[in-house]
Amino acid sequence: MTAQLLFFYFGGMTVAGAIVAVSAPNLVYSALALLLTFIHIAGIYILLNAEFIAAVQIIVYAGAILVLYLFVLMLFNPKQERHYIHKQYKAGIFLALVVMFLMVFAGYKTEILSLGGPVTVESVRAMGHTRVIGNALYTDYIFPFEIASLILLVAMFGAILLAGRGQRRIKGPAGRVDLSKRDEATKVLVRP
Amino acid sequence: MELAAQLLVILIQIAAVMGVVLLHVAYLTYAERKVLSDMQDRLGPMEVGPHGLLQPIADGLKLFFKEDIIPAGANKIIFSASPILVLVPALIGFAVVPFGRDSLHIGDVEITPYITDINIGILYILAFSSLGAYGILLGGWASNSKYALLGGLRSAAQVISYELPLGLSLVGPILLSESLSMMTMTHAQAGGFWNWYVVKTTPIPFVIYMICAIAETNRLPFDLPEAESELVAGFFTEYSGMRFSFFFLAEYANMILVSCIGVVAFLGGWQAPFAFLEFIPPIVWFLAKVYFLLFFYIWLRATVPRLRFDQLMAFGWKIMLPLSLVMVLVISVAKYILTH
Repeated sequence: MTAQLLFFYFGGMTVAGAIVAVSAPNLVYSALALLLTFIHIAGIYILLNAEFIAAVQIIVYAGAILVLYLFVLMLFNPKQERHYIHKQYKAGIFLALVVMFLMVFAGYKTEILSLGGPVTVESVRAMGHTRVIGNALYTDYIFPFEIASLILLVAMFGAILLAGRGQRRIKGPAGRVDLSKRDEATKVLVRP
Repeated sequence: MELAAQLLVILIQIAAVMGVVLLHVAYLTYAERKVLSDMQDRLGPMEVGPHGLLQPIADGLKLFFKEDIIPAGANKIIFSASPILVLVPALIGFAVVPFGRDSLHIGDVEITPYITDINIGILYILAFSSLGAYGILLGGWASNSKYALLGGLRSAAQVISYELPLGLSLVGPILLSESLSMMTMTHAQAGGFWNWYVVKTTPIPFVIYMICAIAETNRLPFDLPEAESELVAGFFTEYSGMRFSFFFLAEYANMILVSCIGVVAFLGGWQAPFAFLEFIPPIVWFLAKVYFLLFFYIWLRATVPRLRFDQLMAFGWKIMLPLSLVMVLVISVAKYILTH
């Protein structure tokens, strides 16, 4: 009973946060609504006995990624971008309906939901969620895990290359301050 | 009835922990001023009460009765919310810190020396401390002032940069104790100071942790977000009265929190350094270690000058992060070899 009430609270707040995130006129409010969504998703994970994922959800999404979003939002004038967002609502509604149809369809095909593996709620509670996830990730799923790491590594190389391209331009004509000797991260911060 | 009694016990525990923490915060400001003044060969606060002992209370009352100013052009909602967004993550972490070993029994009610012992304790604290950056960033943005905005952005960059080595330096103790729970971690370090993780993981992760903890709490020599010579007062330039004091409280509560985590993860929590010293109550050991780390912070403030911002970033990304990654590798390999 309590778990159900909590689920409706977390689920409702997740959806409400998401709606505010796409409809708020001020992009900083959007980011804050997204923060609300992330935190309540973590709450749902805790209801599912997945404490580790909940903590990582907050550390990675709320603590790092969204802070970077806010960072970017504060450095340019968000008001210029308002119309751009509202033009896309038709495509958005269409995509949302498709996703919703797929989810309802999956819900009707009850055999998908009733499929159970060796990992049950009881086994997770007995072993501890962190240990279960660690075992699964580093034994059965080591190959997908390594592929995901590789993709992230490639993305990181790409980001460094893109940032490095701007560096040559900044160096500029002689007589200006040579920023190239400074650290990469600093330069981005110093410019605004 | 049972549920109500449990709820009451939990509420009392939370009230007690919050009371003790806030008292410590108040007197940490006093201790800082006294230690600093001693190191600079002056007296420090002497007027209010004997040796200025009532100074924190006088300061608190003054801030409480000060006029609350919201600058014109500021975003009122976010401006008022951000001090709370800073303070709450700083206080919420104390829920999982184990202060002592023995539970107190009153009748059949058990009062534990921690509010709760969840099995992801360390991650819980890291998760909430990473949310503290929002208050600073938003406070700086909502003030509608260039100094506050730059202070907030600097702080966010600094906090994100140093969060990574901070978390990685805690991987050593987590690997050795095979647990994320602060209570299990403390128990794993029993039996003398050579079992503490500051010795077992070599002191390098502990040093990384201390440096990153100072950077995370925006203390000298990493207090660039509030560098007064460049940014007036950083992200809380426009704040006054109670709202200002919330930022202040959060900074000192964070200092105490990172000291508590450092003590639990590296200095054996409430464990005594030698077996024959175990007659001293565990909570005394815990407090003594936390006070030592806090003194160390103040000591650093009196000693070291502030870094330049690009030095700070370069140090974080080019030295601390690779070093902490190498230490994770070394500790994992050593643990694998020793257990096989």
